[in-house]
Amino acid sequence: MTFINYASREINCKIVYYGPGLCGKTTNLQHIYDATAPQAKGKLISLATETDRTLFFDFMPLELGTVRGFKTRFHLYTVPGQVFYEASRKLILKGVDGVVFVADSQEERMDANIESLYNLEENLKAHGYDLMKIPYVLQLNKRDLPNVIPMEDLTMELQKKGEPVVEAVASTGVGVFDTLKAVAKQVLTELRRS
Amino acid sequence: MPILIREQRYHHIKALLARLRLDASARVVVLVEKDGQQIAAHGEVGALDTTSLASLVAGNVAATGGMAKLIGEKEFPTLSHEGDKESIHISVIGRILLVVVFDHRSSLGLVKLRSKQASHELAAAFAEIERESESAGASSNLPFSEITDEEIDSLFVQN
Repeated sequence: MTFINYASREINCKIVYYGPGLCGKTTNLQHIYDATAPQAKGKLISLATETDRTLFFDFMPLELGTVRGFKTRFHLYTVPGQVFYEASRKLILKGVDGVVFVADSQEERMDANIESLYNLEENLKAHGYDLMKIPYVLQLNKRDLPNVIPMEDLTMELQKKGEPVVEAVASTGVGVFDTLKAVAKQVLTELRRS
Repeated sequence: MPILIREQRYHHIKALLARLRLDASARVVVLVEKDGQQIAAHGEVGALDTTSLASLVAGNVAATGGMAKLIGEKEFPTLSHEGDKESIHISVIGRILLVVVFDHRSSLGLVKLRSKQASHELAAAFAEIERESESAGASSNLPFSEITDEEIDSLFVQN
């Protein structure tokens, strides 16, 4: 749910990174955090288990700049990927303005990608959203690994509606900002339409 | 539909929070939307990261709301976390969450009482915000309805 505050001249939007366990959602946020100037970001909050798996969510506010005299802030969230955290994963999608689906490009994770994508559609529906209508980007992560599925095949299997597809290696930052830009642009364009 | 907070409404809410803070002898009072967006904050904010606080409070309320449903309750209308020095009291008022941070200068009983007393006016103020947001959306009277592609692109040049 976009918030526009005339008194503080701010727009706040919510973007959620979704995907199967260990696909690199938190790594995306970590790279954005590390590569952003201190004045443009808030704290990176990670509610994780002792083994660094996301338990509830990661969160960081990011300021992109000013448009029409309003500061644009994006609240970036990740969900826990592991199947058994379904209840908490669903909660994070409340009030979402844009979604990034982070797919794991490795052959053996294909089923997990498909299951997670189906789960995303279902959980969006439960909150009254339609994946086909909301700002959405597909990121194909871990492109540096040896056993990855070709981009064309992955795209054919996972692309839902002609959304932007970004190849990424989140651990080194490749494609991370391109993904963020692609979803943020759609969110702002949607704001114009509403 | 975006939520629009007009200046006059914002200052009204800030005034309500200021009064509550005084009446409850609280350190900080924050109003948060259930999705995690901060609406307004008042008090000795100092180094307190109210943006993160808003996000965590919403997560906390969402998680306890989920627990409530599991045991057959609609939701838990209030949550309290008491620490050695600082404590937090959260009231769920429809779509908004009223967060009161307090220390030894106050007590949980006083904070609960004052939060309850303030909740009606805050709910009414937020209902006005919702009404204004709906009518602005319906008439396309938003500040970004004429935003250009170039303006959107310019945000990404520096990053």
